[in-house]
Amino acid sequence: MGLDDHAIIIPVSKPSKGSAGKTGLWRVERPVILEDRCIKCWLCWLYCPEDVITEGANGFPEVDYTFCKGCGVCADVCPKDAIEIVEEKL
Amino acid sequence: MTITIHDLRKLPGSYMPGSAACPGCGATLAFRLVSRALGPNTVYIVPACCFSVIQAPYPKSAISAPLYNIAFAAAAATASGVYRAYKTVNKDVNVVVWAGDGGTVDIGIQALSGAAERKEDIIYVCYDNEAYMNTGIQRSGATPLKAWTKTTPAGKREMPKDMPMILAAHRVPYVATASVGYPFDLVNKFEKAKNIRGFKYIHILSPCPPGWDFPVEKTAEVGKLAVDTYFWPLYEIEDGKLRITVKPRKRPLKEFIRLQGRFRTITDEEIDELEKIVMEKWQFLEHLEKSERVF
Repeated sequence: MGLDDHAIIIPVSKPSKGSAGKTGLWRVERPVILEDRCIKCWLCWLYCPEDVITEGANGFPEVDYTFCKGCGVCADVCPKDAIEIVEEKL
Repeated sequence: MTITIHDLRKLPGSYMPGSAACPGCGATLAFRLVSRALGPNTVYIVPACCFSVIQAPYPKSAISAPLYNIAFAAAAATASGVYRAYKTVNKDVNVVVWAGDGGTVDIGIQALSGAAERKEDIIYVCYDNEAYMNTGIQRSGATPLKAWTKTTPAGKREMPKDMPMILAAHRVPYVATASVGYPFDLVNKFEKAKNIRGFKYIHILSPCPPGWDFPVEKTAEVGKLAVDTYFWPLYEIEDGKLRITVKPRKRPLKEFIRLQGRFRTITDEEIDELEKIVMEKWQFLEHLEKSERVF
């Protein structure tokens, strides 16, 4: 038997988005960004625990609803009330 | 150098959305910001804590940086070994322990104290949610006085350990406290720590919505209120010299306590008592700030 037969297998996880599945399904309320009020201070991005806020094509913050868990921290820290919390409907 | 929000947005982070963390988690918020400050040249060592669950099950991981999961008591010892292995092959890597309060103040303290004594060149981060949260809210050595947990149903009777001061007594080059409510203070402390040689210890207060029983959207506000009510003073001790980094906005402790369900059994007189303890600690820190060296 060669050395390779005794190779130690180490379980290594690979980084990936959605490692716990589509966490957007956990959401009961969704944050909606009101672009007419937004001043692009990016505090919502700074405080988002899930890192789902990115810069959209028009330069305003955009929420990735596939993974947003709907905690609402973004709406709570927004100084201009430019994020509205809307109930999710099936 | 002070970091702004625009600098921070340009930096690459090591957190990927869709992890197993609870909504409004303070630990993932801290990790996102810290991984941006430390950069991609970083290895994380994680003992058993919420973060071993947050990474999500095999074969996927929410952390895009090299990360090593290790037994509860062994985090600081493992980090010492990892750092020395990199040193042997002449690689300069930030070796970071990312541990919860259980793995720091209770089970991991022996290895942590040893690594601090040997002056290992690592950054030890304790993200402190003040109880064993992922196993279902049991009290730890960091749980504050009078706080409800499942093992202290009538409120904790003992004071928590003052971990940053214990580490400062090891005469390590850098010790700091931080809160997710003050993200720039947090990020700047890591910017500083990564350029210091020797043992660095940073203690981050990380509010936990299910464990502290406050509304999920209040994570940032609870983190801010903890500092503004003097409950969690932000300071750093660099080469023995203490400096208070954020001046609290003088809010009554009641605002912080009444926001959280874990203090639901506490009476107004007990809050006054707690406030006295908290203010004594603050005055002690102010006194230390004036002295030449803390230790």
